Amino acid sequence: MIHTNQVRNLVEVLFRRAAVELPDDVESALLKAGDAEKAEMGRAILGELVQNERIARREGIPICQDCGLAVLFMEVGQEVCFEGPGLMSAIDEGVRRAYVRGFLRKMSVQDPLYERKNTGDNTPAIVHLTTVPGAGLKLIAAPKGMGSENASSLSMLRPGDGEEGVVRSVLQTVDRLGANACPPLVVGVGIGANFERAPLLAKRALLRPLGSRNPDLRYADLELRLLRQINDLGIGPAGYGGTVTALDVHVEFAPTHLAGMPVAVNLCCHACRHAEGRI
Amino acid sequence: MKEGCIKVHAPLSAEVARSLACGQRVCLSGTILIARDAAHRRMAEELSRGESLPFDPVGAVLFYGGPAPTPPGHAIGPIGPTTSARMDPYTPVLLRLGIRGMIGKGKRSPEVVAAMREAGAVYFGATGGAAALLARSVKAVVTLAYEDLGTDAVCLLEVVDFPLVVAVDARGNDLYEQGRAKYINGPDQTAKEL
Repeated sequence: MIHTNQVRNLVEVLFRRAAVELPDDVESALLKAGDAEKAEMGRAILGELVQNERIARREGIPICQDCGLAVLFMEVGQEVCFEGPGLMSAIDEGVRRAYVRGFLRKMSVQDPLYERKNTGDNTPAIVHLTTVPGAGLKLIAAPKGMGSENASSLSMLRPGDGEEGVVRSVLQTVDRLGANACPPLVVGVGIGANFERAPLLAKRALLRPLGSRNPDLRYADLELRLLRQINDLGIGPAGYGGTVTALDVHVEFAPTHLAGMPVAVNLCCHACRHAEGRI
Repeated sequence: MKEGCIKVHAPLSAEVARSLACGQRVCLSGTILIARDAAHRRMAEELSRGESLPFDPVGAVLFYGGPAPTPPGHAIGPIGPTTSARMDPYTPVLLRLGIRGMIGKGKRSPEVVAAMREAGAVYFGATGGAAALLARSVKAVVTLAYEDLGTDAVCLLEVVDFPLVVAVDARGNDLYEQGRAKYINGPDQTAKEL
């Protein structure tokens, strides 16, 4: 039995941590990028980013003023029973506490088209729930800013477009608006499934540790090819020109319809924020 | 970033604005104005009704940024640039009124760059996602106008050695184009259509 107040408390802890502490793998990727970058300006920008990340961690303040929409991945063991207030309202209460108590900026507006009035507490959370065997619960808080969301894309490719079609779609996405998305980027690519699932694959791909490869060797090779070709675009840190445009590229795939090949590209800024916890 | 940077004072004089070159690092001190989407929309509405801006535009530097809430013991919360392109439709008219500097992140439209050349204005890039670092250069913040817009109000910001890069200079040289051109490798993938 899990009380939803436990979920609420963990949601608060994870969103506060994610906003302030960059994951270790992202920090090491930024340091490595500083060694690899050929442009002097690019190295200076990467130095600023590491310095920024350390100030945020030390002072307990957000890495970026765009504290993001509150995206939450939730894996629930199928033996889990919840007691207490409703699960979704407990999650929203956790988000509310994180953003209010943690001095995080509230980014969420209620009505997207007309009033655009800030909800004042960064709710509602965007929750992706899956069930797994067992009696545990795993949460990943992945707050996401809009600078890089606005630069992301979904293309409904034809099966015959093949690997070249996928590569072209990814490169065009990075080329078009990558400079606005706070490079060096983490690039999540979702191939397959359908119109709504492909973007979710791309978003999940952003959560993988940087430097990890898809276990399928063909997709692992595709990741490396995409990383090389993205870096050949020359966009560089902050878009000022350079050899490190992406820190890494992660591809996730899923079965799809025989008549299609959706390709989603979810760009993430260098502040690839996420924090994980379990109950 | 502090080494080798050019000290510049805001508001900007016409001479200084024209002297800055694409790719130079700048440490900006003085008074700048925060204005984002809603403030730009409001300014455009008021101008179209024949009203004037709530501040003296001549030489002013606009910062497309917003702070997170101020934590205890800090002058201001983390503050950084937002994507400037969203302000592009409102910008040429402001440049014609005398705005000489803009601070943000990302590329500008050809219309904005053309208006900058006519006005002798500069577009500075601040490093996106370096908000904890940038906040250290902010000494004070005061709401100036459009208070009803809440977090989107126009604010005065007192900055010392705010670290910037000249992203587009007053001659229209664009670092997003020129910097990239030096490091692009192999055939340009960008021209091909899906």
